[in-house]
Amino acid sequence: MKLLRQWRPLALIAALLAAWHIAITRQPAHLLPTPLEVARGIAELAERGLLLKYVVASLFRVTWGFASAAIIAIPAGLAIGWYRRSEMALNPLIQIFRPISPLAWIPISILWFGVGDVAAIFLIFLASLLPLTLTAMNAVGSIPPVYVNAGRNFGLSHAQLVYRVLYPAVIPQLIIGLRITLGVAWLVVVAAEMIAVNSGLGFLIVDARNAGNRYDLVVAGMVLIGIIGLMLDTGMRSLERIRSLRWGYSED
Amino acid sequence: MTLAHPSKWEKYFWPLAAATVFLLVWHFSVRWSGSTIFPSPLDVQKGVAELMRKGLLGSYIADSLRRVGIGFSAAALLGIPLGLTLGWYPAASQVVNPLIQMLRPISPIAWIPLAIVWFGVGDAAAIYLIFLGAFFPIVVAAMNGVRNVPSMFRRAGRNFGLNPTQLLAKVVFPAALPQIIVGLRIALGIAWLVVVAAEMIAVDSGLGYLVIDARNSGKRYDLVVAAMLMIGLIGLGLDFGFRRLETIRSVRWGFRND
Amino acid sequence: MATQPATAQIEKARRTKLKVSGINMVFRRDGQSTNVLDDVDLEVGEGEFLCLLGPSGCGKSTLLNAIAGFLTPTSGEVRIDGEVVRGPDPRRIFVFQERGVFPWLTVEGNIGFGLFNLPKDEQARRIAHYVKMVGLQGFEKAYPQELSGGMKQRVEVARALAVNPDMMFLDEPFGALDSITRLIMRGELLRIWEAERKTIIFVTHDIEEAVQLADRVVVMSARPAKIQKIVEIDIPHPRDISSQRYLELRDGIFEEIGLAHKV
Repeated sequence: MKLLRQWRPLALIAALLAAWHIAITRQPAHLLPTPLEVARGIAELAERGLLLKYVVASLFRVTWGFASAAIIAIPAGLAIGWYRRSEMALNPLIQIFRPISPLAWIPISILWFGVGDVAAIFLIFLASLLPLTLTAMNAVGSIPPVYVNAGRNFGLSHAQLVYRVLYPAVIPQLIIGLRITLGVAWLVVVAAEMIAVNSGLGFLIVDARNAGNRYDLVVAGMVLIGIIGLMLDTGMRSLERIRSLRWGYSED
Repeated sequence: MTLAHPSKWEKYFWPLAAATVFLLVWHFSVRWSGSTIFPSPLDVQKGVAELMRKGLLGSYIADSLRRVGIGFSAAALLGIPLGLTLGWYPAASQVVNPLIQMLRPISPIAWIPLAIVWFGVGDAAAIYLIFLGAFFPIVVAAMNGVRNVPSMFRRAGRNFGLNPTQLLAKVVFPAALPQIIVGLRIALGIAWLVVVAAEMIAVDSGLGYLVIDARNSGKRYDLVVAAMLMIGLIGLGLDFGFRRLETIRSVRWGFRND
Repeated sequence: MATQPATAQIEKARRTKLKVSGINMVFRRDGQSTNVLDDVDLEVGEGEFLCLLGPSGCGKSTLLNAIAGFLTPTSGEVRIDGEVVRGPDPRRIFVFQERGVFPWLTVEGNIGFGLFNLPKDEQARRIAHYVKMVGLQGFEKAYPQELSGGMKQRVEVARALAVNPDMMFLDEPFGALDSITRLIMRGELLRIWEAERKTIIFVTHDIEEAVQLADRVVVMSARPAKIQKIVEIDIPHPRDISSQRYLELRDGIFEEIGLAHKV
């Protein structure tokens, strides 16, 4: 019985794949690929050595853009959130910049850095910077004052207060912010690669379409984007299960 | 937090001071670098004026908002009932959830080629992309919203003799509403991000198109930045509107921790 | 309480630990100002157990926060050992309700929180000592969310005791506990107090609790808080809570607050 229940989602996916297959093959000259053709497309990419190359290229850009944004945004956000007046001063500016789609920066990014890796990394950096700063600001703001008072009571210096109370108190919220932002970064890298560079999974999708309508490779690229996105999200979620952090996620 | 309560005038003074410093730094770094391509704040202001004179600004904003409005509303109309259903019937979510989790991380932008095959270059393709970008966050928020309703509430509802429909309408939906509103706000932010991308690639009007077009036709970076500024301001307005929803009294209880 | 000359003499013999002179506290919010403390004077002797008793929201917590240095009074001053209090100090530890336990640290980590200036082996020794004193052996590696309310409260008390403060401030520390646990915790607090002889200021709204624990009960009136009366509890520990004297003192306070002691 339990086994049956576990198989049900797989059965649904199998049924949908079958429906996909049938819907495509019923058209005589089909432009879109069947699931099997997509699988063959992935195999072909692997054979030509493009699979690994493109995945690595995309991950490389996300890693650099995201990591450099985190290194700058988290301390900055914590500091801004800690001092009430700096939060008052900078919050409106941040709020105006934040909804500017990172993709709208593409022309400026290309102007500054030329077509290439740096431009794409800069876009991911921009996409991650403000959400992470805001997460850190909000996280500091929501620390219960009782923790700060207790820390001061035990005679902690300023630096100790930051390291022993502030930092551990904000980590759970920071991890949620990092996870959501990583999702956005993964979305942006695909878009950036479609426009600004000539490698990576986003490039694969555009290139496969433009160079001979290879829609099997387009869908193969989408599948790979989905799988890697899912892996990134799962990896970040596993951080939330660390024992000393679990207190921050009481509801889930 | 560590300082005394700021006085009232500071609420306006500090943001203005920060904005002034920002504009001055921008202005003088453009001046001193001697750049002729990158615009100063004054150039951008002239750019905005020029767009308004030509009547382009209003029509582009209207185009972008229309696409977001249709795509986002469709996503909400389909996504909320689906999410409520999935949260209400655990068996259904067990079957469908893996599928959602697999489709969700595919960047909506990666769907652009398929959207163009299905809908051609034009509004419908852009709207479809926005729909995709907003749909999954809304479904997941509604589903989790229902799941997180304390079982105490459901029991109390049943205790007072509500039938399942009433229970859903009177207890579960209001209890899940705060989370759904947060999901809608996040989805609207994503929709606003996606519309710009879609307009850069798939159509020839709207603010995203303005960004790309101003660059391609004559390196008009003053117009690029003007369009970015508009994108930021409108996005801010949308977010602000949604935050107002969160202050409605019947849902405010759900946000007391923020 | 002139009828108890013996205790009065003991009180006199005690050195003054804390002296609150004429403090006022005015909070300003949205243009309105509220007077929370009105000209409060108080003296507490070394090693004394003092209860501040009053209805919820009467300002007794504000007074305790001012004594601890978390709030600066609008006028007047607080002196401890003759020094004006200008901020919190590790020589006097504030015990919040169990909310003050750090959720990211284990029981050991919490109890050792204030011991960062000591060598490692001394830290370990003290942690072990106080874990044992509050009866949490076997839970050293547990995180707070795995503990009950009473256990978390013990962690907070142990964390305070571990730094060997000369004063402890407790703000309704047992308010969130069930009545059985509360009774046990009172007994343990008295046992610890008798062993270590700290000066304790204990805020509560529970009359029975105040009469069971304190050397003196300070009855406060509400809004703005004033000291209405100070009652000396001249019953030796362990106190018999059905004795004539206990009931007399308890009923006196009931009347002072204006409550009939009938349900």
